[in-house]
Amino acid sequence: MALLEIRDLHTSFFTDAGEVKAVNGLTLDLEYGKVLGIVGESGSGKSVTAYSIMQILAPTGKIVSGSIKFDGQELIGLSEKEMRKIRGQRISIIFQDPMTSLNPVYTIGHQLREAIELHTDYHGKAAQDRAIELLRLVNVNDPEKRIKQYPYEFSGGMRQRVMIAMALACEPDILIADEPTTALDVTIQAQILELMISLQNEIGMSIIMITHDLGVVAQMCDEVVVMYAGEICEQGTADEIYYNPHHEYTKGLLNSIPTVATTGNKLKPISGTPIDLLNMPAGCPFAPRCDQAMKICIKQHAPEMKINDDHIAYCWVNVREGVADGSIVLSDPEDIQPQNEVLVHD
Amino acid sequence: MTKTLTAQHLVEVNNLKQYFDINTGFFRSKSLKAVDGVSFNIQEGETLGLVGESGCGKTTVGRSILHLYEPTDGEIWYKGKEIKTEKDVAGFRQQATMVFQDPYSSLNPRMTVADIIGEPLDVHKLTSSKKERKERILDLMDKVGLNSEHAARYAHEFSGGQRQRIGIARALAVNPDFMVCDEPVSALDVSIQAQVINMFEELQDELGLTYLFIAHDLLVVRHISDRIAVMYLGKLVEMSSANEIYDHPLHPYSKSLISAVPVPDPRIARASQRIVLKGEIPSPLNIPSGCGFRTRCPYAIECCAESVPELEEVHEGHFVACHRVDEIN
Repeated sequence: MALLEIRDLHTSFFTDAGEVKAVNGLTLDLEYGKVLGIVGESGSGKSVTAYSIMQILAPTGKIVSGSIKFDGQELIGLSEKEMRKIRGQRISIIFQDPMTSLNPVYTIGHQLREAIELHTDYHGKAAQDRAIELLRLVNVNDPEKRIKQYPYEFSGGMRQRVMIAMALACEPDILIADEPTTALDVTIQAQILELMISLQNEIGMSIIMITHDLGVVAQMCDEVVVMYAGEICEQGTADEIYYNPHHEYTKGLLNSIPTVATTGNKLKPISGTPIDLLNMPAGCPFAPRCDQAMKICIKQHAPEMKINDDHIAYCWVNVREGVADGSIVLSDPEDIQPQNEVLVHD
Repeated sequence: MTKTLTAQHLVEVNNLKQYFDINTGFFRSKSLKAVDGVSFNIQEGETLGLVGESGCGKTTVGRSILHLYEPTDGEIWYKGKEIKTEKDVAGFRQQATMVFQDPYSSLNPRMTVADIIGEPLDVHKLTSSKKERKERILDLMDKVGLNSEHAARYAHEFSGGQRQRIGIARALAVNPDFMVCDEPVSALDVSIQAQVINMFEELQDELGLTYLFIAHDLLVVRHISDRIAVMYLGKLVEMSSANEIYDHPLHPYSKSLISAVPVPDPRIARASQRIVLKGEIPSPLNIPSGCGFRTRCPYAIECCAESVPELEEVHEGHFVACHRVDEIN
C-alpha cells in the first residue's frame, strides 16, 4: 500500500461563468520516502491537486468525487477537526510566494512557535528552543538573533527557509511543495533544492514537488506525474518520463525546452493555445493541439495504459503504435484515422 | 574596451551609469547604483543576451539605453552617432523599441488591439491615411501570428502568449532596427514560450533585427543569443560568445550561475556537480568594496576587497572582470 493513494479525484470550482473542472479524474500513488513531481503548465490543476489533499480549497472550490487515502485513512469526508490533526502535523505544505506566506506583523519566532505549540507538546521555553533548532536545521545563520526579527528583515530565500522550517515542525510524513523556488533566483533556488534533498534524506519524509520547471523535476524527483487541463497524461519514474515519454503532450513539452541540442536550431513548440477549462471537449483535452490526434481522441478519453512496470500513460497513440498492453483494442478501424477537422482554437 | 567606432557596431554603450536617489530618512538620501560603469557593443543583426539575478541592474541597462531613464553618466552611441539631446532621443526611438516582460500590465486594457499596435504609428506620424494605418496594423498582426479578425478586441480577451505577440507587434510598428527585449518570455508557459522564441528568431531573419535580450532563464538565453553578458550588482562580470560562456565560464559567479541551472535531463542532473553559492546578493545600497562578488566568492582574497577588477579581454572576444581569473582557471 502506498502512503498516499488518490483515486479518480474530481475537484471543481463553481463560478458565475460555470463549472471549472480544475482536476478531472486524477489517479496517483505516492510511495513512502519518495519524491513525486507533478508537472504541468498554468491551469493544469497541479496546485488544486495539492489543495484538495490538504482540503484548503477556496470557498468556490469543491471536491466533487473520488478518494484520497492517506496511510490507509480516507481524507475526503473528514470533519474540519479531524482534518486539522492531519494538516500541518502529518502533511505539510509550503507555497510559492515566500513574500506573502508569512504574517508581516509578527516576528519569525512568534510564527514558528505558533506552529509548534499548535501541533506538538512543546510549550513556552521548549517551543522557543525547538524553533531555534528548526531554523538551524534549515541553515539560517545566527538563529537566536534571527528569531526575534520580522519577515521584512528576511530575503526571499531566507523566508522560504523559514516556511520549510515551519512545515517541518512536526516532522510530517508528506511535505507538499507548491512551486517552492519559482519566485527565487537560480543561485538561491539551488540552495533551497539542496536543502530539501538533504532534509528528505535526514527525516525520510515523502515530498510532492509541484512545479512547471522540468529542470527542477529532473534534479529532485524519483517519480513524475505530467498533468494537462486537470487530467493526468502519464506517470512514471523520472527516467521513463524523460527518456521514454508515451504521451504526445509530454513529448511536446520536452521538445519545447531549449537545450544544448537546440542551439542553432529552431525549437519545436506545441501549437495552439491552452484549453479553456469552461469548455472542455469530450475526448482528450490535448487533442486540439496534438498533431497526432486521431478520430478516437476527440470522442473518448484514453484509458490507463501500462507501458511497463514503471510507467503508465493515457494516450490513444500508444494503441495505434501497439505499445499499450493488449487489453485495450479499438474495434472500429476508422478510430485510428488522423482527424482532420480544425478544432476550436485561435 | 576601445572606443573606436566601427561600422558594424549598431549600438555602443560606454561606461553607462544609472544611479537612483533613495530616501533613507528625513532630508537624507542615498545613491542606489543600479548600473555602475557598464560598457559593451552590439553588432548589427546580433543578439546579445544579458543575464543576471534580480536586482543586478539588467532591466535598468535596457531602459537607460532607450533613455527611458536619463542616464547618470556614460555614452550611448547608435549607428556611429551619440544619443544625447532630446531630438536625438526622439529619432532614436523610431529605430529602437522595447518589448516588456509582463504581457498583462504592459497593454492598456481600455484600448483595442488595433489601437495598441497603431499608437506608435500615430505618435511618430508614420502613416498618412486611415486606410494605410489599418493596412499596416493588419500586416503587423499577421507578422506576429495574430488573427487579423481580432483587431477590434481588447487585450483581456487574449491569452498570455497572444498578448506578448501584441506587445511585439507594437514594438515592430515603427520598423525598428534594434529591439530591447526585457524578459519577454518569462511570464509564459513552456509550450507557449517556445512559440514566442521561434517568432523572435524568424523576425530577426526576416527583418534583420538586432536584439538586446534580457532574461534570467539561462537555457532560453543560450538558445537565442550569439553573445552573452553576465551582470552582478550593476557591473558586467563576464562577456563572451554564448557557447564559450556556457562551456568555459571563467568568472566564479558565471560558473556558479551556470551550474545552478536545473538541466531537464535526470541523468545529467544527477551526475552534475553544482557549485552552490553561500549567502545572497548584497543590497545595491551597500555594495561591498572592491569586487562586488567577493562576499560570496569562494576564491576571494585580500586584494579583492581593495580594488575593483576591470573587465579585461582574456582571450579573443572573452571578457572577464576578476583579479584571480588566471589562478582559478
